[in-house]
Amino acid sequence: MTLLRLLLLAGLVLGAARALALIETYEFSKPELEARYQQLSEELRCPKCQNQNIADSNAPIAQDLRKLLHQQLEQGASDEEILDYMVARYGEFVRYRPRFGGSAVALWLAPVLLFIAGIAVVLLTLRSRAKTTAAGTAALSAEEQARLRALLEKVERDS
Amino acid sequence: MGHRLKLFLPLILFTLLAITLFRGLSLDPSEMPSALIDRPLPAFSLPALGQARTLTEVDVLGQVALLNVWATWCVSCRVEHPYLKQLADQGIPIFGINYKDDDAAAQRWLDELGNPYRFNIADREGSLGLDLGVYGAPETYLLDAKGVVRYRHVGVVDENVWRTVLEPLYRELTTQGSAP
Repeated sequence: MTLLRLLLLAGLVLGAARALALIETYEFSKPELEARYQQLSEELRCPKCQNQNIADSNAPIAQDLRKLLHQQLEQGASDEEILDYMVARYGEFVRYRPRFGGSAVALWLAPVLLFIAGIAVVLLTLRSRAKTTAAGTAALSAEEQARLRALLEKVERDS
Repeated sequence: MGHRLKLFLPLILFTLLAITLFRGLSLDPSEMPSALIDRPLPAFSLPALGQARTLTEVDVLGQVALLNVWATWCVSCRVEHPYLKQLADQGIPIFGINYKDDDAAAQRWLDELGNPYRFNIADREGSLGLDLGVYGAPETYLLDAKGVVRYRHVGVVDENVWRTVLEPLYRELTTQGSAP
């Protein structure tokens, strides 16, 4: 029993050491800086690993960028300055929230355009449906009216 | 007529989608152009590897050249190294950035494997690498004679990359430079 406990304890301690080795921690002089650090590190994309932000990635470059982010925040840089600094080096690629402009225009406008297109399709479908139903009720010619009357009379006679 | 066209709508949509996706198959999303293309090499002042002098951005001026980011911890750099030596033997100027590395280990590497570089910038902290937007070694930058970054290749430079990508650009820049 004690051996099991010892093993469990060892496992916990080693596990914690591993977790510490994976991601470094930074001390911040103000809590608001830490909040901005969290937000920016989630918004900055790791250049090496495509679909991870630098907060999640363990790539060396992501570690470097986190260190840099911490430094810049402590030096009092604004979010905009930090993002500009990163974009100047790694391109628009590093932003998960790209600026409006350039090839990102398509990205920003596509949802709006698709929404408008969707509404247009719905409106057109509704209109054409309304037209066919209206045409179905109204357009009995005099000839057809006469035939309908004759048929109804015939049904009445037969019953 | 309108109804006829409507019947073809799914086919048209399918074709467009197929073309888009087919193109996507041959795209490499990890390939991204450097943010520094057509901009001058960032200013730096760093020690030279194995030499008692300081190098700056001025030292790479004067000829079209390759700027190769390498390190002894980088496995692909070892793969790339023999081909860089071949290029250097052909007279292609190559400058090195020894990126986040240990000077002694780097010197040993050059002594054992040969040195294709005119000089090596010892970027121990990776500060120049950061300004260049380096995100993994090896990376190779093509600089023109005025020190403007013209192209960046991420990954190993081998015969294929040199022949199809770098050499044509290199030749073009050298002839441009020698023309009045």
